[in-house]
Amino acid sequence: MPEATGVLVVGDSIDGELSPTSRELLAVGRRAADDLGEELAISLLGDTLDVPSQQAIAFGADKVYAVTHPLLAEAQVELSLAALDSLCREAAPRVVLIGRTNEGRELAPRLAFRLGVGLAQDCLEVSIDQETRTLLANRPVYGGNAVAVVSLAYTPQIAAVRPKVYEPADPDSSRQGEVVSFPVELDDSQARSRVVNTVQEEAEGIKLEDARIVVSGGRGLGGPEPFQDLEELAKLLGGAVGASRAAVDSGWVPASYQVGLTGKTITPDLYITVAISGASQHLAGCSGSKVIVAINKDAEANIFKEARYGVIGDWEQVVPAFAEAVRELTQD
Amino acid sequence: MPVNIAVLAKQVIDPEMPMAAFRIDDTAKSVVPPASIPPVVNGFDENAVEAALQIKDSQEATVTVLSMGTSFALDVMKKPLSMGADELVLLQDDSFENTIDSFFTAQVLTSAINKLGGFDLIICGRQASDWDNAQVPLGVAEILGLSTVALGKKVDVAGDKVSVERVTPDGYEVVEAPLPALVTVSNELGQPRYPTLRGIMAATRKRPTIWSASDLDMDAGQLEPRVTLRNLFIPVREQQCEMVEGEDGADAGRQLALRLREAKII
Ligand SMILES: Cc1cc2nc3c(=O)[nH]c(=O)nc-3n(C[C@H](O)[C@H](O)[C@H](O)COP(=O)(O)OP(=O)(O)OC[C@H]3O[C@@H](n4cnc5c(N)ncnc54)[C@H](O)[C@@H]3O)c2cc1C
Ligand SMILES: Nc1ncnc2c1ncn2[C@@H]1O[C@H](COP(=O)(O)O)[C@@H](O)[C@H]1O
Repeated sequence: MPEATGVLVVGDSIDGELSPTSRELLAVGRRAADDLGEELAISLLGDTLDVPSQQAIAFGADKVYAVTHPLLAEAQVELSLAALDSLCREAAPRVVLIGRTNEGRELAPRLAFRLGVGLAQDCLEVSIDQETRTLLANRPVYGGNAVAVVSLAYTPQIAAVRPKVYEPADPDSSRQGEVVSFPVELDDSQARSRVVNTVQEEAEGIKLEDARIVVSGGRGLGGPEPFQDLEELAKLLGGAVGASRAAVDSGWVPASYQVGLTGKTITPDLYITVAISGASQHLAGCSGSKVIVAINKDAEANIFKEARYGVIGDWEQVVPAFAEAVRELTQD
Repeated sequence: MPVNIAVLAKQVIDPEMPMAAFRIDDTAKSVVPPASIPPVVNGFDENAVEAALQIKDSQEATVTVLSMGTSFALDVMKKPLSMGADELVLLQDDSFENTIDSFFTAQVLTSAINKLGGFDLIICGRQASDWDNAQVPLGVAEILGLSTVALGKKVDVAGDKVSVERVTPDGYEVVEAPLPALVTVSNELGQPRYPTLRGIMAATRKRPTIWSASDLDMDAGQLEPRVTLRNLFIPVREQQCEMVEGEDGADAGRQLALRLREAKII
């Protein structure tokens, strides 16, 4: 392997555009590359990559590895993995950043093991230790009860970064960068697992992960019906409904509603929790919210430690009156 | 031929313990197990046992549970047996520390899997509730070259294929993979079954196989740590909560709306 240098972002495109996560990773990667005084590259996989390649340069990349192959038109994890494995061996980056998205959470560990190196999983913060020129990563552990700072012993040093933690930079269309095509050899037989059917269960309306306002319900709601009240409240506010795992496990709402460590990570402007205790595993998915409001009958509930505004009370009394007042206030 | 299934299950500190009991030893950079709260089988690994037993309910299968650690609470680790699993293999050695480095763990588990002659299907939890790594299963699969499906909520074996309902952000997809395969499962699989009285009796009589490091054939180069823990701390939350009050619950609800309006949040 050649001497390792530079930062490589594992990018992707959605509907022909550079994905939001890739834009965030380029912002983190830019800082790391500047601290190292080295190059920032991004890999893009697919069959047509012109638009996202130019976008990647505008968002901070010095170099784009355009990994084109007809089989990469659809994101199949084993094919992406094979392509990234050969790219990492050939380009020999010092640092690799992957978004911990639905695909990334499988891709990152498998790539690390395939390369025989370590991985910092689910990072909230990555930086360069100037002295040793190594990556330092902060990541929540023990369900968010603690934070671990880790470094990695082998190159490439791979970090899976949690989406929505970093803001993308403002794009600059006058930035210069080079697009290098990186041909790979792939064949169908490498894709051993096969998706035979896809089922969508998500609620209609605004997507939970995109909503500016989210209203979430927990075990204290006592059943599925109160979620209809929350749906109505969310509608009034132009938001979406989420839930704690306890509500999901009880079968009151589908799993796609779950916010938290093993559910969705959301960063709304306003997050209203109703009858949720605020376990660290729940907070792990919503602590990036700008303002958290807690409605809970237990004054000692942990959620009040994280909330900006709190009401101690029974949701059956608080929520209908709150919704009514919201209706009045937002109508004029 | 019965389907030969392995479940990888880890013993962890009870993640549902009160937050106040959560303590860190700064010098050892580790979490202090609370004295009065017994450890548990990692929750998602109980889901993995349930997934294996559901396969065993419908066809001939054997279920072997493997766990790696420095010491075990035997009654805790026997729970999968009392639920209906057939064998328990404990990989126990002072060197099998619970570190943040998944590479080592995957290597030890893989050696044991090889020593047992391999499996048609390996089922794991999606992540262990201590380090929340979600890496060991994918590592085992990569080392053994198995096909992999992560985040299953239903697992079926038919002939030489495994079919998995895999949780996605907005629903699920059905994925098929050839055996031998590794599947990880999540809480969406549903409540694990309770041990039956007969199961508990049978589990009491069963003796686990216990192997130490010297029983396993491991390549020294693969045991070098990949991840170094530099620091471990409990984050401080600085939020000041403004309590909104009212004459009664309903009034507090109205006051809350007014307060949010004043602050231009709604
Ligand atoms: C590995 C792991 C991963 C996890 N991942 C997640 C995750 O992604 N997301 C998640 O949410 N959880 C997750 N959990 C579970 C988490 O630890 C908690 O168990 C869960 O968040 C609790 O949900 P809850 O707050 O709804 O229920 P509870 O903790 O039971 O709280 C219910 C609350 O409702 C209040 N209440 C009851 N009645 C009323 C009333 N009438 N009016 C007002 N308030 C009322 C109570 O005071 C209480 O505070 C995970 C756990 C583990 C171990
Ligand atoms: N020490 C261990 N012994 C047995 N299985 C383990 C061990 N560590 C991890 N696993 C398995 O790997 C899964 C994910 O663990 P982790 O990658 O550590 O988050 C767990 O849910 C278990 O199925």
